Amino acid sequence: MKVKRWLIALGTLAYGRLRRKRIERQPEPPGREYVSEPPAPGHVVPQGEPSPFAEYLVALLLLVAAIFAAGFIVTYAVYSPQEMPNQLLGVCIGGALVFLAVALAVVAHRLVVTEELEDDYPEEHPQEQEQIAQLVRDSGSRITRRKLLIGAAGTAGGALALAGLTPVLSLGPLWDTKALETTPWRRGRRLVDVDGRPMIASEIEEETFYAAFAQGAPTEEIAALLVVVRLAPGQLRLPAGRESWAPQGILAYSRICTHAGCAIELYRKPKFVVTEPRPALVCPCHYSTFDPARGAAVLYGPAGRPLPQLPLMIDAEGHLAAAGDFSGRVGPGWWGVRARPS
Amino acid sequence: MKRYSLHRLTRRGSARSIATILAIATLSAAATAFAASQNGIVRPVAEPAHATVKLGESLFNANCASCHGIGGRGVAVARRGAGGVAGAGPALIGVGAQAADFYLRTGFMPLANIHAEPSNQRVQFTSKEVTSLTAFVAALGKGPQVPRPQPSSGNLAQGFKLFTEDCAGCHQSLARGGYVTGARVPPLQGIDATEIAEAVRIGPYLMPRFSSRRISDGQLDSIVRYVLTTNRPDNRGGWSIGNLGPIPEGLVAWLAAVVLGVACLALARRLGA
Repeated sequence: MKVKRWLIALGTLAYGRLRRKRIERQPEPPGREYVSEPPAPGHVVPQGEPSPFAEYLVALLLLVAAIFAAGFIVTYAVYSPQEMPNQLLGVCIGGALVFLAVALAVVAHRLVVTEELEDDYPEEHPQEQEQIAQLVRDSGSRITRRKLLIGAAGTAGGALALAGLTPVLSLGPLWDTKALETTPWRRGRRLVDVDGRPMIASEIEEETFYAAFAQGAPTEEIAALLVVVRLAPGQLRLPAGRESWAPQGILAYSRICTHAGCAIELYRKPKFVVTEPRPALVCPCHYSTFDPARGAAVLYGPAGRPLPQLPLMIDAEGHLAAAGDFSGRVGPGWWGVRARPS
Repeated sequence: MKRYSLHRLTRRGSARSIATILAIATLSAAATAFAASQNGIVRPVAEPAHATVKLGESLFNANCASCHGIGGRGVAVARRGAGGVAGAGPALIGVGAQAADFYLRTGFMPLANIHAEPSNQRVQFTSKEVTSLTAFVAALGKGPQVPRPQPSSGNLAQGFKLFTEDCAGCHQSLARGGYVTGARVPPLQGIDATEIAEAVRIGPYLMPRFSSRRISDGQLDSIVRYVLTTNRPDNRGGWSIGNLGPIPEGLVAWLAAVVLGVACLALARRLGA
């Protein structure tokens, strides 16, 4: 209660102070009054001193901005999609925007004539347009190297626009985008655990889940990451054509959520199926929920398509191995966003 | 509301022996279920001084059998009994002392509603009754014993690593709990070492189960040690912000930044004026 009273008191005090200030700031009596020197006859804005230094500075800043933007394009062109240095791309586009902003700030402060005047609001404005046009013309009176500045601004703007358009290249066909679809999985490649030990089919238990990786592939490669679960074979309702993909009821799905690329870290597994929700693989980021018994069909959440399934086989030594490649593209994908399975 | 309980019914007839009570309890499972649904736990009128399998059996028949079936055989389809209770529950033959001890000591069982998620509630049975029920369930069939974790021999760093890999997806890295679609994930503070170990081995409700092949007893000691440390985490910087991780921390940081920014602006305006 005491706290509440204090808060009310503070609020009242603040309001009172603000209000007093507003009263103090009563508008000046109407009428035009020049703070700086008045304009020459025939001009609206007073003539300014030319400032060649500021002009060259602006041109230089714009060129630097253009160089940064060009750097973005070069970076995009030089690196392959897997090795694309995001930080460098960010520095390039960010640098271009920063230098452009600084250039504009210099223009505003050093090159455009500014005047301070107080004017009462005009009741009629018949010649307003002409006045504004003249205002713009007159404001440029300090600029002597007009062409240089326009050229520099054009270069910077053009380079930035080009940099903005560069990512369109990723759509192909100029670029080889096949690398995005290749995975380490091919028939016979074994599944290993986090320590690199091959996974033995008979050791995979029900009611739990396993993280698996592709033998010999780097663990940073998103297509190498799997989540493995075992369900009773009678429970499975896999899509047509995948009947042999889950030997002994062991299923492997891509661990990367098809919504935003987080790792599937949650496995919901009922203890008593009669009263509890059915088994599901869940992504912790936005709770996309996939049904492992039905080919990881989306049960809930923002994911647009099922997790890609990896066909499995059990090799001669009882180890789990891939029987082929994934059923679909790995990772977040916006293709097929509307093709949500029922 | 009129109260029906064995206690009341049997107080009048003083000559009834415990055996008769047990017989009535077994035969009128539906009626006792009705009583249980309205009044909570049904107890025999004269409980023995020490925990016995027999006491466990009578408590089971009166309080558990409507869902878990006669002799713990389970009820697969919810059927309406005489008391109007529609119960369905898993069989308890072979679950062992481990599961009974866990579900009863955490207050997960008995459930008020079979579709509800079991959660840490006030324990309904006395410790003598829990011991008796656990002994009875353990006697139903060969099953796992109550684990005896040794958190002091665990390795905290290993426990943190294993917890991050296998548990933090649902429970959060500082075991503050969270959500999975369709259920709440409980926080793990204030739970004793045995309960933690039991939960890992059983996988209650929607939690996955981790056998000793998946997580060895030594590794489990480390995990238990880590979970126990989350009761009083080392809060570097002093303010834990709920130990929920980067999102609330970021929120607080942004809020502080906004307040600071507004204060700076106000100060600047004041100085400018």
